[in-house]
Amino acid sequence: MQGHYLLMTTLLFLEQTLNGLQQGVMLFLMAAGLTLVFGIMHLLNLAHGSLYMVGAYVCATVTQASGSFLIGVISALGACAASGMVIEILAMRRLYAREHLDQVLATFGIILFFNELVKILWGPQALFLNPPALLNGTMEILPDTPYPTYRLFIIAVGLIVALGLRHLILNTRVGMLIRAGATHREMVGALGVNIDWLYTVVFGLGAMLAGLSGALAGPMLAIQVGMGENILILTFVVIIVGGVGSVRGALVGALLVGLVDTYARAFLPMGLREFMEPANADNVGAAASGMGIYILMAIVLLFKPSGLFQAYKGQS
Amino acid sequence: MKFLPKVLGLCAAASLTLGMAQANDKPVKIGMITTLSGGGASLGIDIRDGFDLAVKMKNGMLGGVKTEVITTDDARKVGNAKQIATRMIKQDNVDVLTGIVWSNLAMAVVPSVTKAGKIYISTNAGPSALAGKACNENYFNVAWQNDNLHEAMGKYATDQGVKTAYILAPNYPAGKDALTGFKRFFKGEVLGEVYTKLGQVDYAAEIANLRAAKPEAVFFFLPGGMGINFVKQYNQAGLSKTTPLYGPAFSFDEGILKAVGEAALGVHNASQYTWDLDNAANKAFVEAFRAEYKRNPSLYASQGFDAAMLLDSAIAAVKGNVSDTDAFRAAIKAAKFDSVRGNFKFGSNNHPVQDIYVREVVKAGEGVSNKTVGKVFTDHVDAYASQCKM
Repeated sequence: MQGHYLLMTTLLFLEQTLNGLQQGVMLFLMAAGLTLVFGIMHLLNLAHGSLYMVGAYVCATVTQASGSFLIGVISALGACAASGMVIEILAMRRLYAREHLDQVLATFGIILFFNELVKILWGPQALFLNPPALLNGTMEILPDTPYPTYRLFIIAVGLIVALGLRHLILNTRVGMLIRAGATHREMVGALGVNIDWLYTVVFGLGAMLAGLSGALAGPMLAIQVGMGENILILTFVVIIVGGVGSVRGALVGALLVGLVDTYARAFLPMGLREFMEPANADNVGAAASGMGIYILMAIVLLFKPSGLFQAYKGQS
Repeated sequence: MKFLPKVLGLCAAASLTLGMAQANDKPVKIGMITTLSGGGASLGIDIRDGFDLAVKMKNGMLGGVKTEVITTDDARKVGNAKQIATRMIKQDNVDVLTGIVWSNLAMAVVPSVTKAGKIYISTNAGPSALAGKACNENYFNVAWQNDNLHEAMGKYATDQGVKTAYILAPNYPAGKDALTGFKRFFKGEVLGEVYTKLGQVDYAAEIANLRAAKPEAVFFFLPGGMGINFVKQYNQAGLSKTTPLYGPAFSFDEGILKAVGEAALGVHNASQYTWDLDNAANKAFVEAFRAEYKRNPSLYASQGFDAAMLLDSAIAAVKGNVSDTDAFRAAIKAAKFDSVRGNFKFGSNNHPVQDIYVREVVKAGEGVSNKTVGKVFTDHVDAYASQCKM
């Protein structure tokens, strides 16, 4: 009986680890774009969550019209990259020289704009989107533990994107410019690189990643106005933990935050039940598990005030 | 000479209203604080639409008096709601406040409204404190006390022979009330009781724990977007085939069903209102609502509509003299209006005494919808009425 209990607990722990990884991967897709924009352009972009929302809406609409989730995701990527670049050219470009407070104000305005736009275009009701039939089931990768195939798919996509970004940043010309731009902005400009163009591309890339995240989230979550604001707060926690501007930091930070949040929610109330009244344990557990990621952030900042990784100082 | 008909029309309209308006040329002002943006927006929008529809059907005059409705979005934030309430009371000088969706906002706003001598009509939130010890003669709830629909589900699950259940709700006053209500009438064993963050989007961790606990049934209270997230993820985890979901209407309202689709088929849930209820007031309401908004009214819309019709009856009873608070209050308490849910009256603590039904999610045309299948409670009184001394 004891052995059986231990096995069950181990399986549950592994399943929760998968959940944490999956949450982390979603956060990474958001954080990668945000950290690039913040690290390279020194721009605080609160509207990143709006692009996530646009990604989900476009993906749901196109998937329903075309019957193909793949076409839906590709359209979402295109729509978000395009909106990102338009936003950059129309609005962000005017904000680089301003203070962070001005940027917060302006990008907050963009959030309101997108929320209203989406409400006008799609209405206030949440949209419907299922995972494609191929992924809409469960797989028993752990014995006795059917795990949603779609979540495994997200983990896979996230890791592929992480590898792709690593290649882009370390091995390509654009990546070199991004790294150079993060540390020696004026110098890169002085060497004749078109900085305006570089910024537009980076912003579009970040927007595209946010759109991918939103499109992938669609089948699991409520597609509704304001859905990006929830994830945005966690995303900021991620880039602060990981170190602003570092994509590697975003990946490590996102996985840490995803795992800590999931473990806290899953096991804290359970653990507290061992030495508290169940009702009290549930109350305390619910409150404490919500704090898990913020405690993580505080601890990281205590030892590494600028986050776990630094953005491309020397070679990283 | 194009303007002549217009002028004549205006004169006619003016003389028509003149007769009624003499004693009260001052309009009745109603302040509506509700959630119109963010994750809980669909609830507030339904309430507002229901309320506005009633005002429109009465030609902008509740109880025969010109009615001005000031609607403001609280974005589900306590701070916003408090600020808006203060402004409505002090600056706009409204006669009645209404509209709040969420219990944590209601707890922060209602006491200051009633203290200022204004009437508050709750269109949704019914926290236990305001029904019991902290009840107030100026506070009326036209929806339900928070526990009610969950109590009905607890009784229904027991009647269905469910022996073990796993229960979840968000960590805020209505979440606590929900699980308390369910447990009050559920006679089986509760294997796990989980409070999640208000506005949480991912439930993978909770669902994994829940599966490991192997309950016979799951009861959950997650209104708005939270419910959509949970039902989708529960279904994707393959659990809907083995472990049935039970919930209050809040977890399966028309907006949620539209977003989760067939994932919710066959689920049972409890409500005081469904659009298929067979009474004259409801038929007229559903027809007008569909014509105006091109969708079926949810329970939230019915609550907004009933709040306006209740005010209509009370304003008419005092002939528009709403500043006579004692008379106005008595007229509200009398509840002389035809509720779209059928039976309705106020109990001793100004909360509804009403029937609660169980309904099933069925296929309807292209999508899915709720169908009333039975009645769980008749003239149900909430559990806190006896604690209320007024």
